[in-house]
Formats: sequence, C-alpha cells, structure tokens
Amino acid sequence: MGSGHAHRLYRHGHSPVHRLPAHTKIAAVLAFVLTVVATPREAVWAFGAYALLLAAVAALSRVPARHLLTRMLIEVPFVAFAVLMPFVAEGPRVEALGMSLSESGLWGAWNVLAKGTLGVAASVLLASTTELREILLGLQRLRMPPLLVQIASFMLRYGDVITDEMRRMRLARLSRGFTARGVRQWGVLAKTAGALFIRAYERGERVHLAMLSRGYTGTMPATDETAATRAQWTSAAALPLAALAVCLMGWWTL
Amino acid sequence: MVDTVTAADPRTDPRDEPAAPPSLEVRGLAYAYPDGHQALFGVDLTVARGERVALLGPNGAGKTTLVLHLNGILTGGAGSVTVAGLRVDPADRGALAEIRRRVGVVFQDPDDQLFMPTVREDVAFGPANAGLRGAELAARVHEALALVGMEEYADRPPHHLSFGQRRRVAVATVLAMRPEILVLDEPSSNLDPASRRELADILRSLDVTVLMVTHDLPYALELCPRSVVLSEGVIAADGPTRDLLCDEALMRAHRLELPFGFDPRSVTLPHA
Repeated sequence: MGSGHAHRLYRHGHSPVHRLPAHTKIAAVLAFVLTVVATPREAVWAFGAYALLLAAVAALSRVPARHLLTRMLIEVPFVAFAVLMPFVAEGPRVEALGMSLSESGLWGAWNVLAKGTLGVAASVLLASTTELREILLGLQRLRMPPLLVQIASFMLRYGDVITDEMRRMRLARLSRGFTARGVRQWGVLAKTAGALFIRAYERGERVHLAMLSRGYTGTMPATDETAATRAQWTSAAALPLAALAVCLMGWWTL
Repeated sequence: MVDTVTAADPRTDPRDEPAAPPSLEVRGLAYAYPDGHQALFGVDLTVARGERVALLGPNGAGKTTLVLHLNGILTGGAGSVTVAGLRVDPADRGALAEIRRRVGVVFQDPDDQLFMPTVREDVAFGPANAGLRGAELAARVHEALALVGMEEYADRPPHHLSFGQRRRVAVATVLAMRPEILVLDEPSSNLDPASRRELADILRSLDVTVLMVTHDLPYALELCPRSVVLSEGVIAADGPTRDLLCDEALMRAHRLELPFGFDPRSVTLPHA
C-alpha cells in the first residue's frame, strides 16, 4: 500500500511552521477563518491583504505554491454555487459581458468566493504542514470530545485497511469476468458495498475485543503530555492577530 | 490415547519458586453462546509457569471460545479460570483489569490487534491502561519492542509494516504488559518461512508461559514440548507434542493432519 491516500496532503518539512505544535496551528487557523468571515465584503482590499498573509506563511513553511494550489482545487464544486448567484439573485441589475446580472448576487458570489478560498487555503496550508495524526492529537489537546477524536483516529488507522479490502474485492470481481457496464451491474456493486460494510463491522468487533484484552475501559489513556510554550503560542497567534488588524481596518474604512 | 502428563519444564528449576501457582488453571469450563450453540463442555487444563503448550484442534472445536475465557471477555458459563492464583470473576472489575494484564492475547489478524496510528502508541496502549505514564511508559514500550526486534519501527504507522513485522509488533503490544501468560491465536498464519522462523526465535527467547492455538503442527512441535487437543469442546488429549503427533488414531479422530512428507519422528527438537 505504501503511503496511503490519507497522507497526500502532508508535505514533509522542517520549517518553523512545521515545528509548531499542532494545537496552536489549529487554533490559529480557526481564529483566522473566523476573522476573515467577519470582514465586510465591500472591503475588497482586506481580502487581498489576507491572501498576502497566507502567502507569507506559505513562504515561511517552504511548501511550494504548486502543492498548495493543486490541493485547493477541492473547492471547485462549492464555487459552482457562487457562480450561479449573480444570475438568480434579486435586486438592482448591472450589465456585464452582455448579460444582466444582479448586483447583490455579484456581491454575494464575491463574498462566498473570497472567504471560501481563503478558508480552504488556510486549511490546506495547515494540512500540508501538519501530519494528520498530529492534527488529531492537537484537537484532543484543544479539548475536542475524546469520542470524536477516537472515531477520527480509527478512520485514519483503518482507512487504508478497508481501501485495500475494497481493492481485493474489485480484483476478485474482475478476475471472474465482471465489468460494470451499466445499471444492470449495479446490483453486484451494491452487494459488494454491503459485504464490505459487514466485513468492516465485524472487524470493528474484533478490534474491540483486542482493545478489551488490553485493558480498555471506554476511554483512551491520555499518554500525550506535549504542551506548547508561550513563544510557540505567540508565533502561531501572529497570523490571526495580523488578520484581526486587517479586519478592524476593513470595518473602519467602510 | 495419551494420558495427561505433568510436563516438567526444563528451564525452570522447581527449587527456585517452590510455591509458584500455575500460570493457568482451567476447571470444568463449559459455555454456550446466547444463540444456544454450546462450544465448551467442561474443559480442564493446567499450564505450569514457564511452560510452552500448543492447543491443537480442528476448526469449530472451541479454541477461540476458550481463549476468550482466559482473559474474562467471555464469562457466565460453568467452571472456573484461574491465572497465577487469581480467579477470573466478571463482577470484580479491579481483578478483571489485572487478569487482562496477566493474560496477553495476540489475535490472529494483526490489523485487529494494532489499532493505534503508530507502533509506539499501540504498544503503549496496554501499559497506559494499567496506569503507566511518562518515562516509565516509554521504557516499557522500548523494552517490549526490543524483545521482538522492532525498536526502529516505533514511529511507523502499522499499515506501513510487512505482515511478519505487524505480527511481531502485535506480540510486543502484549509483552509490554509483562504478562504471566502469552496466548497466541494462530501465530504462524500468513507468515512466510523467514518470518515464521524469526517469530519462533522470538517466542523461544521469551521468559514467559506460552499457550499457542494453532493448526500448524510442525510449528507446535518446534516450539511446544507439550500439546493438548481440544475437540468438540473438551480436552481430548494432553501429552508431549511428538507423542501426540505420532498417534495416528488420535490424529485421525480429531481431524488433525500433518503436512505432506512431514514425519515428527525424524526431526530433532530444539528444546529436547
């Protein structure tokens, strides 16, 4: 299996951004996104400033722009909705490119597009500089409910195992001359999905037995005692604090 | 039919620990699943400290059911299980935690056993549940990984390891709890010959009582001086492994078969 699909986002490195404890980075990204969302959409320059801030962090992390930009494509399906807004929204209309567009719709589309893109960029940057495992530990340190962290950890651990099982089932189908050509083959695919679900469910039961055998009593032992220093928190806070300054300026110049 | 023998282990001198209770004592254990299927019909089995015993038997003989009784995951039937003097009692939660520390079960599929994101965290899971923290926990993890020769893989995710390596880490996860008895479910399954031999070397080097559930009769002969045959929910035979494997009538009666060309009389036993 090699490196699984779960780790494609992460890019190994030793930059100052990589070295920050995960929970400080998560808190910083969350604060940054909230600040961006709180910015008035008419303060167009502010969004440019946010983009510059992110670019500065990206440069500091030494993650290539190409790596970040290709991963930001995940946003595209969500942007489709924003593109529709100028056509369907109500209110005064403006003429552009020979089409009649709604003014409020254009602002709405810009709002969704700008804020969404910045949020995605910040998240991709976090994921590129922090291993998934670290992100989960970070969430745990930020007091995310342990049950949710456990569920996510198990997804991380067993994602590859189940993908592998799915691949073997596909090979077994192909080896016996099956090709999915149309609706008539959906029944087979549905049964495969069902079988995969049952196998995963049974594996869950076996894993639970293995956990009980090693003294599991319903809570994961807290073995992680990493704490962030004041300096680390300060470095992580640089991004959201700068963003907050931009945001306040945005409201002030309105 | 071979009668019960009290297999004196060559490695432990009885004068050292005159009153050491047996690692495992099962008395009259019977169990029926909630759906009415009865798997065990009165199992009696004693494993002395330091012994390595193979538990042989055909599919459906109740081997897994027996294993799940040893650490109190299944309870509620008749009979008793005692681990180094401590009786498995589902009502006593503290004792149950201690039982699960004493009985280290290595399950057949290492992907079931290794559920944490990294090898280190997985090996730490058991001792951390037992309350170990900090440097003590790190030392315990290192010790267990060193016993199976996997120290340098501590920070790897389990799915990046080969199957043989995962099996060895699975053994380490229970060794980290310093068990009284190691219970292995089909330890040689899916292993290539080299991994199989490496695991055998590791198991022989450990100073721990071993109960090994297996269909792999040559492996049982290689590692375990004594074997018991579980068939239809009872212990059908108990004796030196070579004697059992050479008893053709017994083997046939319990659907046990040696691999083609394997003659247990012709091999030199490492522990003989």
